[in-house]
Amino acid sequence: MASAVHDVSLEEAGSHPVPESIVVRFAGDSGDGMQLTGGQFTLSTALAGNDLATFPDFPAEIRAPQGTLFGVSAFQINFGSTAIETAGDAPDVLVAMNPAALKTNVGSLKVGGLIIADAGEFGARNLAKAGYAQSPLEDGSLARWQLLSFDISALTMEAVKPFGLGNKEALRCKNMWTLGLALWMFDRDRAPLIQWLHDKFAKAPVLADANVAALNAGHAYGETAELGGAIRQHHVAPAPVAPGLYRTVTGAESISLGLVAGTQLAGLKMFFGGYPITPASAILHHLSRLKEYGVTTFQAEDEIAAIASAIGASYAGSLGVTSSSGPGIALKGEAIGLAIMTELPLVIVNSQRGGPSTGLPTKTEQSDLYQAVYGRNGDAPMPVIAARSPADAFDCAIEAVRIATQYMTPVMLLTDGYIANAAEPWKVPDMAGYAPFPVQFQEDVPEGGFKPYARDDKLKRPWVKPGTPGLMHRIGGIEKQVDTGHINYEAANHQAMTDIRQAKVAGIADSIPDQDVCMGEAGGRLALVGWGSTFGPIHQAVRRMRARGHDVSHIHIRHIWPLPRNLGALLRGYDQVIVPEMNTGQLKTVLRDQFLVDARPLNKVSGQPFRIDEIEAAIEEALE
Amino acid sequence: MNEMTKLTIKDFETDQEVRWCPGCGDYAVLKAVQRTLPELGTRPENIVFVSGIGCSSRFPYYVETYGFHTIHGRAPAVATGLKLANPELDVWIITGDGDALSIGGNHTMHLLRRNLDCQILLFNNEIYGLTKGQYSPTSRVGTRSPSTPFGSVDRPASPCGFALGSGARFVARGIDTHKKLPEVLKAAHAHRGSSFVEIYQNCIVYNDDVFSGFTDKANAAANQIWLVHGAPMLFDGGTKGMTLDHAALRLRVVDVADGDWAAAGVIVHDQTNKGLAQMLIELMPEEGFPVALGVIFDHPRPTFERAVVAQNAEASQGKLPDLQKLVSKGQTWQVDKEPHAL
Repeated sequence: MASAVHDVSLEEAGSHPVPESIVVRFAGDSGDGMQLTGGQFTLSTALAGNDLATFPDFPAEIRAPQGTLFGVSAFQINFGSTAIETAGDAPDVLVAMNPAALKTNVGSLKVGGLIIADAGEFGARNLAKAGYAQSPLEDGSLARWQLLSFDISALTMEAVKPFGLGNKEALRCKNMWTLGLALWMFDRDRAPLIQWLHDKFAKAPVLADANVAALNAGHAYGETAELGGAIRQHHVAPAPVAPGLYRTVTGAESISLGLVAGTQLAGLKMFFGGYPITPASAILHHLSRLKEYGVTTFQAEDEIAAIASAIGASYAGSLGVTSSSGPGIALKGEAIGLAIMTELPLVIVNSQRGGPSTGLPTKTEQSDLYQAVYGRNGDAPMPVIAARSPADAFDCAIEAVRIATQYMTPVMLLTDGYIANAAEPWKVPDMAGYAPFPVQFQEDVPEGGFKPYARDDKLKRPWVKPGTPGLMHRIGGIEKQVDTGHINYEAANHQAMTDIRQAKVAGIADSIPDQDVCMGEAGGRLALVGWGSTFGPIHQAVRRMRARGHDVSHIHIRHIWPLPRNLGALLRGYDQVIVPEMNTGQLKTVLRDQFLVDARPLNKVSGQPFRIDEIEAAIEEALE
Repeated sequence: MNEMTKLTIKDFETDQEVRWCPGCGDYAVLKAVQRTLPELGTRPENIVFVSGIGCSSRFPYYVETYGFHTIHGRAPAVATGLKLANPELDVWIITGDGDALSIGGNHTMHLLRRNLDCQILLFNNEIYGLTKGQYSPTSRVGTRSPSTPFGSVDRPASPCGFALGSGARFVARGIDTHKKLPEVLKAAHAHRGSSFVEIYQNCIVYNDDVFSGFTDKANAAANQIWLVHGAPMLFDGGTKGMTLDHAALRLRVVDVADGDWAAAGVIVHDQTNKGLAQMLIELMPEEGFPVALGVIFDHPRPTFERAVVAQNAEASQGKLPDLQKLVSKGQTWQVDKEPHAL
């Protein structure tokens, strides 16, 4: 297991060369607008041409009591002049808007890193709420870091004075002041943000002006104030990226876009049945605005109705899609079985979160793999795909639609809270490069009569829209007779149908690419095998260890079920296989079961993504 | 079959052997439906029967239309997706007292409040038949069953009361073997929106004769009042009627002499009056009232699927679907140079 803490001495920290990337974390009260600040900083950073990754980390409570430790909301961004695949390990800069934000976040700040604190919020009450006996800004307890504290609240009030706002409204501009300072520090253009503020507050121009004034004041403060050596302007060069058009995208956006693209490539309309749940709701929100793409969204009365309505729509000839997170997926379990039994196409998106039960709604985890692969009554095989990043989720969503419609089966697409919320630059795809996979509905009575459970060479049954003359038939969750689809309880028939369902899903492996090695060689001393959002830290760790001469490779699995045909042979080519997962070893178990390989776990279930150094340590230990 | 062919009951029978217990009320309802369908003018391929789980939910296998036998309690949800995806389909939901009011109560409520255009036929036999005789949410207090050997102690739900309370705009009642059931079904079909029909259905094995107090030939006339919109509320061969006790604000039975119902103060049925509907569904033979049957409430308002279709069309107006444009939305930036080597 990796050690969780990697202590760096002051000397070590100070000897770092000019960084290729910088990690900034904004932390404040959940009412302080930290997610918005982070989001806008992200956009400015993307526009400056840096590669980036973000990690929003916010409390489950909508408005936790002000100033409390559990009410702290944080947004971390890692940006730089090289490829960025994680939100970064330890921040270089921490912006702490109150004592609670400082207390909960300072521990992860790099030794020698910079703290920017709003001294105006470090009064006795807030200090007490955060559990500080005295102000850490004054007692020397922050000596390991560089500290810059000034009264951001007062400076903001001063900046927005001309606009005559009330106290509360004026203080709401604090986040823009802070953002202005951050934009100065990292040499970012303010213009897009100013435009955005004018658009956002189009109906309240005074608020727009006040926020812009706060932003400019923060920026000017950085430019003119004599802040000593601690704060200085950094210029992080643009990252080298392939030429083309770029935008930022969150996982929830890219999944929505991918689902729309997939249904268009299949020549279908989409029906999306959803029920609000963190962190999956954003997909429902995005899709509900895309009606011109033949998308109907339906906010159902519960998770079960969400999937059941999607199944009804698939039966009618649309592509049914539903989305949820672990607890909601559990409720959908019986209906997933119905889709398997009736062999209707369906896409189920699971934005995983910490579990079990309600668990950690806003924290990330990848502990629903068993649920996805095995979590139903009966022998109920279902394909499972996992996205590795916000950008990758676009292609994964299209792939889910392809499999669902080409094989007449429900498909589960796994993402997680991290992918759903995190943003990354995305090279806008050329849609002409995606081959359509149009659905052929059965419309005529075939020779020998129509059989609703007849099979093609892929074992797919025909899809018939109600309303088609001459092909009337009945389907349902009761075991079906081979070919005719009539109710049938006979022993031999159940064996045959179970075998067919199994073989159909197993056969999907014929249509997926062979497993590749995304870094390193096919064979060697050690392979790190990952899936989902752990891609970034694993990839970075393997890159670093290979740069130091270690024989280690990275294999990333997108198709969780069925697994690629060559995967077993590939894994057997390594002396050791380690599976880093944000669970207690679920893919590890599947790999051991399927291929009898001695895959070993590297687990982290803290609600936080892996840090690169944790994985490096595991590699080091394995190769000792 | 072409458009000109007159459909008959035979056209709606499948080749499947009907497997309910001999003497089950479900047979009669199946026949009533098959007799009604040819008269509705809808092509069989445009009709879909959706059911949940229970004895009655086998129904779709026996009707030569499209059919979907779903899972316990979820038929309304499946039907909602089906109808939203293709509003042209004629959707019938077949359900029971346990399916619609216990495990699927939530879906039934939301279907009714949304007013999805469909017919819901709730076969109420006041018992769980398929699982061998446990009491159901409509069983009367004291029902002895395998799970309540000393008698049930919880009060039953009223299906029509539930429907009205959920916002249903069409509420009717029928009896499995009664000759007027097809008329009720036709009225349900004619109503645009969710049409809720409670059908008293006798379970010959686990709850035989539970409705005999008002369905037996000897009891029928005195204990059934068949409502007709605009007609006086008469029963028992026209010798009795319902009047409104204005002081107590409740219905009362009055004797009618020589057919002069007006003189007796008998009121005329107004199927658009929800307050009246509320009073009618609560009449019980045990309290000296006839059971209200036929169309109790029928007052249409706009349907869910039409509202969804209209909003989809409105929101799409003037927008052309363009995938390339869609993926390029938001703030974008152009990278022109080839990447330099790392």
